[in-house]
Amino acid sequence: MDFGQILTEALGEMVSPTTAAYALAALGLAVHFGYSGLLNFGQAGFIAVGSYGFAMTTIHFGAPFWLGLIVAIVTSVIFALILGIPTLRLRADYLAIVTIAAAEIIRYVVTTNSLTDVTGSANGLAGFRQDFLKLNPFPPGNYLGYNSPDFFYRVFGWGLVVILGIIVWLLMRSPWGRVLKGIREDEMAVRSLGKNVYSYKMQALVIGGICGALAGLVFTLPRDVVQPANYGTELTFFLWTCLLLGGMATVLGPVIGAMLFWVVLSLTQNILFGLIQIGVLPFLSPTQAGQLRYILVGVALMLLMIFRPQGVFGNKKELAFS
Amino acid sequence: MNRPGLAAYPARLARPLSAAGAVIGLLLALFLVLAPSAEASTSPSPAPSGSGSSQFQNTISGFLRNNGQGIGGVKINVKGNGFEGSTTSADNGSWRISVPTQGSYEVGIDESTLPSGVKLAEGQENPRTVTFNQTSNVSTIFAFGAGITVHQQSFISTLLNRLVAGLSFGLLLALSAVGLSLIFGTTGLTNFAHGEMVTLGAVVVFALSSVGAPFWVAIIVGLLAGAVFGYVQDAFLWKPLRRRGTGLVPMMIVSIGLALAARYVILFFFGGATQQLPGSQVQDIDLGPVSVSPLNLQSLVISAVVIGLIGFLLLRTRLGKATRAVADNPALAAASGIDVDRVIRLVWVTGGLLAALGGILWAYYRPGVTFNMGQQILLMIFAGVTLGGLGTVFGALVGSIVVGVFVELTTVFGVTADLKYVGALVIMILVLLFRPQGILGRRERVG
Repeated sequence: MDFGQILTEALGEMVSPTTAAYALAALGLAVHFGYSGLLNFGQAGFIAVGSYGFAMTTIHFGAPFWLGLIVAIVTSVIFALILGIPTLRLRADYLAIVTIAAAEIIRYVVTTNSLTDVTGSANGLAGFRQDFLKLNPFPPGNYLGYNSPDFFYRVFGWGLVVILGIIVWLLMRSPWGRVLKGIREDEMAVRSLGKNVYSYKMQALVIGGICGALAGLVFTLPRDVVQPANYGTELTFFLWTCLLLGGMATVLGPVIGAMLFWVVLSLTQNILFGLIQIGVLPFLSPTQAGQLRYILVGVALMLLMIFRPQGVFGNKKELAFS
Repeated sequence: MNRPGLAAYPARLARPLSAAGAVIGLLLALFLVLAPSAEASTSPSPAPSGSGSSQFQNTISGFLRNNGQGIGGVKINVKGNGFEGSTTSADNGSWRISVPTQGSYEVGIDESTLPSGVKLAEGQENPRTVTFNQTSNVSTIFAFGAGITVHQQSFISTLLNRLVAGLSFGLLLALSAVGLSLIFGTTGLTNFAHGEMVTLGAVVVFALSSVGAPFWVAIIVGLLAGAVFGYVQDAFLWKPLRRRGTGLVPMMIVSIGLALAARYVILFFFGGATQQLPGSQVQDIDLGPVSVSPLNLQSLVISAVVIGLIGFLLLRTRLGKATRAVADNPALAAASGIDVDRVIRLVWVTGGLLAALGGILWAYYRPGVTFNMGQQILLMIFAGVTLGGLGTVFGALVGSIVVGVFVELTTVFGVTADLKYVGALVIMILVLLFRPQGILGRRERVG
């Protein structure tokens, strides 16, 4: 087993575009749940809406990158409104069920064979990043061990994480953010102060949803392909794990949570593979080793929730539930 | 508690046991009467061992069977992601081909290599696209002529067929939904791990039949496994959490973690392939204008009888009354001398047993056992429960039947089969919009 290589790979995973996408989407969840107390179990739906919105405008209409980006954001806002109007007045668990159902509806619709011309069904859509790569300011060469496009994806992804992180941080210390936290703590009290709770919740849902849509871009651009199988309910649950790992009512929490999540996944994967290779675990096949990691994710999610619900960075006083 | 109460304790303890015994005995009797002549039909699928290259980790596999008879020597072509290859099915009908990367592949049968007289069933896509979904194996089943109706049906008979299928699906949904609803009613927990309780029943039955256990033993152990899983969950997870005063939202997230862990544990031992339970391939029978799979009919009868029994237990027995009291108001129930923890434990055991039964029936309905079959049905169960009204048992029954029938009927009215579940989810969202308490829920503030 080459520990040096295992470590390098784990560190590489820490800054990969996928990690950035997870961080962004988990940041959206932090806005939803950590700050506003909205149980969104459909973040995968927001990511799918963003990815498909971008891919479809680029492929079907030949739209430039910026237009695709705007379409992705607008579609995610519409999705948030559609979800929010019926459910934000209801109890928290209704929102959970409706969001997870809506995300699955999106996945079924983009998977169906009857829309193959539009969505590519199970194969998905591919080939939509050319215009994005034209924006690449880095001439060919080696940047910290990455080639120019790979470096650009990372700069783009983490740049978005930083920008949105700052925006969310500023928003949450503004009076607007304080109202939001007030809603999380005691909705009735805020309502009695004359605030329109419904409207605040809706705004939070929209902002978190936009984070999700942008995460979709960061996720799909390096792959240059969108496939429905990537946007199942499991993605949402992994994002929740990231969020709870880091701490839900913080800006850094989801980002660090996503990094930890991927580093641990990469470490366990490679260490298990290494152990299998040197014959220590003869009863385990490499496929099973891959599955073992996700068992660990599930157990970690349970243990986190039971023993340290505030996560690594969170403050116990700022829990969206008591 | 006073002395007479203590003295009466053993008798009270015996009652839930006898109730559970009654349920199991009844189920057993039903299965024995209705058992799909398991002995005569195919044994559980052996591990695929077709020829084909095996240099890659990811595999696409399947079985070619006509009337339970394997079809050998059929050429299968696979292409996609820059890879192109072919394999030939083994004598038992199994085939397997390994591919370099996960992704989507086009899989087609070379129909010229099929034995004479064997044809693909109508509606069987060839070639078709298969997609890997986080596992390193996908399987696809090509269904062949016999056993599948190919003659053109009139609209009315299609409608009736789908209606019966929908009723059967709705009732099997109801089995799981009643458990979920009871758990929600008594503990307030929205249990995301209910789907895995469904999977467990089917997987245990498959595992036991594949090591040669008789059909009825497999069924009993499958049901017991569900009940034990329910018991263990409550004893070691949910009760301690309730003791700690953990909130409902954290408990919901814990159930998600449990669902993930359980699903991947099942995947770890069971693998990513689709397997068939014994006796899952039978001919449709004609009942007047309706042509229906006997399995669907049996499933319908079993679910209806079991649900009737549950309804009777809930309405007519002391324990059922206690359960409804706890669902209504746990604190008040405790104050009037009901042992709330015991009722909740019983609800978990019953819920697990019903979910396992639902899973076994679902495995025959689909047909096939996969590690994520429960996950696929979970949202349908939620839809049924929400539609009927969260926490109401009879609402869950009505809601599930509506969902089941609706899902099957949408395909009659032009919705493609791969979108049939969308209708139910849309309906659920619409119901929440206009009548959030559901069909049978009590009108109360849910905001």
